[in-house]
Amino acid sequence: MRIGTLKQSYIADAALFDSRTQKAWLAIGAALLVLFPFMASDYWLYLACLVAINVASATGLNILTGYTGLVSLGQAAFMGLGAYTVAIMQTRLGTPFLLNILAGGVVAMLGGLVVGIPSLRVKGLYLAIATIAASFITHFLFANLKLTGGTTGISLPPAQLFGLPLDTSFRLYWVIVPVMVLMVLGAANLFRTRVGRAFIAIRDRDISAEVLGIPLLRYKLLSFGLSSFYAGVAGGLWAYFFRVVTPESFPLLMSIFFLAAIIVGGMGTILGGIFGAVFMTMVPELLKLVVDLLPGGVEMTVFLSPVRTVVFGLLIVGFLVFEPHGLAEVWRRIRRFFHLWPFRN
Amino acid sequence: MSAPSATAPVLQAEALTLAFGGVKALTNVGFSVAPGSITAVIGPNGAGKTSLFNTISGFYKPSQGRVLFEGADITRLPAPKRAALGLARSFQNIALFRGMTVLDNIKLGRHAHLKTNVFDALFYLGRARREEAELRRDVEERIIDFLEIDHIRHASVAALPYGLQKRVEMARALAMQPKVLMLDEPVAGMNREETEDMARFILDVRREWGVTVLMVEHDMGMVMDLSDHVVVLNFGQVIAQGTPAQVQADPEVIRAYLGAGDVGELRRRLRGEAAVGAA
Amino acid sequence: MDWAYLFEIALTGIAGGGLYALAALAFVLVYKATRVVNIAIGEMLMVGAYLFFTFAASFSLPIWMAVLGSVIGTGLLGAVIERTMIRPLLGEPPISVFMVTVGLASILVGLVEIIWTADQRRLPEFLPNTPVMIGEAFLAPKIAYGALIAVVLIGLVLLLFRFWRGGVALRATASDQAAAYSMGIHVPRVFSLAWVASAMIAAVAGIIVGAIGGISSSMGVFGLSVLVVVIVGGLDSVLGALVGGVLIGLIEALAGSYLGGEYKLLATFIVLVFVLMVRPYGLFGTHEIERL
Repeated sequence: MRIGTLKQSYIADAALFDSRTQKAWLAIGAALLVLFPFMASDYWLYLACLVAINVASATGLNILTGYTGLVSLGQAAFMGLGAYTVAIMQTRLGTPFLLNILAGGVVAMLGGLVVGIPSLRVKGLYLAIATIAASFITHFLFANLKLTGGTTGISLPPAQLFGLPLDTSFRLYWVIVPVMVLMVLGAANLFRTRVGRAFIAIRDRDISAEVLGIPLLRYKLLSFGLSSFYAGVAGGLWAYFFRVVTPESFPLLMSIFFLAAIIVGGMGTILGGIFGAVFMTMVPELLKLVVDLLPGGVEMTVFLSPVRTVVFGLLIVGFLVFEPHGLAEVWRRIRRFFHLWPFRN
Repeated sequence: MSAPSATAPVLQAEALTLAFGGVKALTNVGFSVAPGSITAVIGPNGAGKTSLFNTISGFYKPSQGRVLFEGADITRLPAPKRAALGLARSFQNIALFRGMTVLDNIKLGRHAHLKTNVFDALFYLGRARREEAELRRDVEERIIDFLEIDHIRHASVAALPYGLQKRVEMARALAMQPKVLMLDEPVAGMNREETEDMARFILDVRREWGVTVLMVEHDMGMVMDLSDHVVVLNFGQVIAQGTPAQVQADPEVIRAYLGAGDVGELRRRLRGEAAVGAA
Repeated sequence: MDWAYLFEIALTGIAGGGLYALAALAFVLVYKATRVVNIAIGEMLMVGAYLFFTFAASFSLPIWMAVLGSVIGTGLLGAVIERTMIRPLLGEPPISVFMVTVGLASILVGLVEIIWTADQRRLPEFLPNTPVMIGEAFLAPKIAYGALIAVVLIGLVLLLFRFWRGGVALRATASDQAAAYSMGIHVPRVFSLAWVASAMIAAVAGIIVGAIGGISSSMGVFGLSVLVVVIVGGLDSVLGALVGGVLIGLIEALAGSYLGGEYKLLATFIVLVFVLMVRPYGLFGTHEIERL
């Protein structure tokens, strides 16, 4: 039973992982992450990479929606911008893959600024509508520009790192997961500083925030730009992972996927972004399993896509109505129970 | 209670007029606040006191008139920049951020004076780490100790009782490194003991921090005891200003608060009210 | 400059705008009464169209019965939505309800795809087919009659708003919930009423839109244009919905004819950006004065 932790200095109190138990869990987690690819089958490696990409993107969306309180339905569109940037740079310029991914993030961020500047000046809800419009516009651009290969899209050769082609899930894992870890840590760090505090203030009470010294438009744009950057990087990783980018790769439904992820996981907590992304990545896999088991055979698979759509929607509505703080809150309750055991409260 | 100093005023309102459509919230409001003084703005409900504060803060733009801070015209200056100059405030209906702890709420007050940008923040090296450590030390030693809220520093503000929330609001305003501290009804809803505590804090803030205090308040005892200067508003206009004694005796003020009637009798009642409040 | 052509296009645009106005009215109704932004307005339209299709085509009911069935069915859906998803979130921050409507849209699209598949379908013909001529200009009959129905329905709704007790209650609740309560208005019931009425209006709009262009599971994209309409007109303004609807209809028709069909949405988006920069509360929306 852990009653409390005693911090001896302010610095210790401010650390991300403070108690010895937390540090121990962190070490175990890191060890697992390192050992995993050696023990896992190809299928699970594939899933792990996909989960990592989704965690990165969901964390970005969480910064914007969970922490700053601005709903966006454009996460997929910005991932698409990142993915196409990477694809175009890789196939036409042959530039190193880390540079491409960074460029993907920057292009997505610029896209975010274009959408954000008009729509963030008033109520946050206008951003949501503008991002829906942006989804349609980016889809239109992807499908109609020569640069993006039109409706067939672009195929990428594998990324190259130190001369080694990253063409298996195993190899990609060692790039995707560290990038994801950096992004998650970055987000966690954000909320130890005035930048993160400003985001939360905007979510909770934006009109007072301005009088307290926070320039609203600038910080809303910062939050949106940052989350678009995260989406762009995730999109770039996505492009190297799937090696094919088409206009249909990033539909509006994917934005809904990510919104569901942060709602299910727990908005406004870093852990929530992780939980949500893991959960949501598993959902389509689980659905596939269920559909396989049902009688009806092949005809049932045509229901996979619409059932997925319904399930995403149900998860959003269900969690908002019944468990608005998401799985992170459930986890917190479990932890509190174990901390206080054998006491009840 | 020290006399206001003879030096230039730290805050001035000049002929402020504020209109919402057809409704005039403020008409030709003007007064000065001397540095190091405690000035109270009083008046019946709906007199425009909070609108005045909001105009000085930069939340409302006056249709006419100016606001001067340390001699400089800040009427066109956006609200965040006024905070950076040292204009801090607390709010009438507590505006704490419910998603943050007490400590984070207080730290937020320092926002305008910090320099950490998003890159510093993401990597949390160098500047971010230094600023946060320094901020934490400063907040703990100067503010949390001073306002006696160390036992709740990690509490979620939503769970705090009203009196403590008001104190956290004050703490956040202090974190803004104010030259002028605007308090909007700092003791509203408090009992006798809490009111005395808050009055003590206000006097201490003025003495130890050299802060000028401008407050909206209804508690006449507190106003009369603490203030060097009182400004009386009614229907958006200044109807009297001066020392507490002068204002107390002003027939216009009495009429505004208590309606028409025998001025002598009302005067006695007002003094009686003030006496009870000060006991 | 072919003025006759321009006039024709403009006419088509205005008539189409009438439909936008009708759908926007459904949106504004809910926003005014409950302050909820219903992203799923396009999907509710779609449900109305599909219910009509089921009653008219699959069950071969007479048209008037199919319309009634669709309107009642969609109204029922509105009541269910309000009770199960909207009311539990009373008191939560507005973005929570907003996200619920996003989830709702997803659920509706998925359900339609499961039940009726994603294929596009045509509604049984029930609008007169004779071309409509206004002077020299030709107006497609379906659009003309659709706009006519829309205008009549809008007029009806406005009259109800004005004179019927329920309409007055709606306006009262929209303006001040607490005051409405103390006047004896059963506010939760008014919320249900708003959602039911909005759903029914959306159903009619959906039937007309379906009659003109067929129905499919992606009909909800109509909702995006409706959202732009209400932003242009003002989220809580009925007049704004009408004017905005006609305006957007006009702009889309012009863009579609002179630039090409794919540019319709782009034109709408540009209008959105322009309005957000210049008049973010819309032409007739109320700029609520926030109090600190």
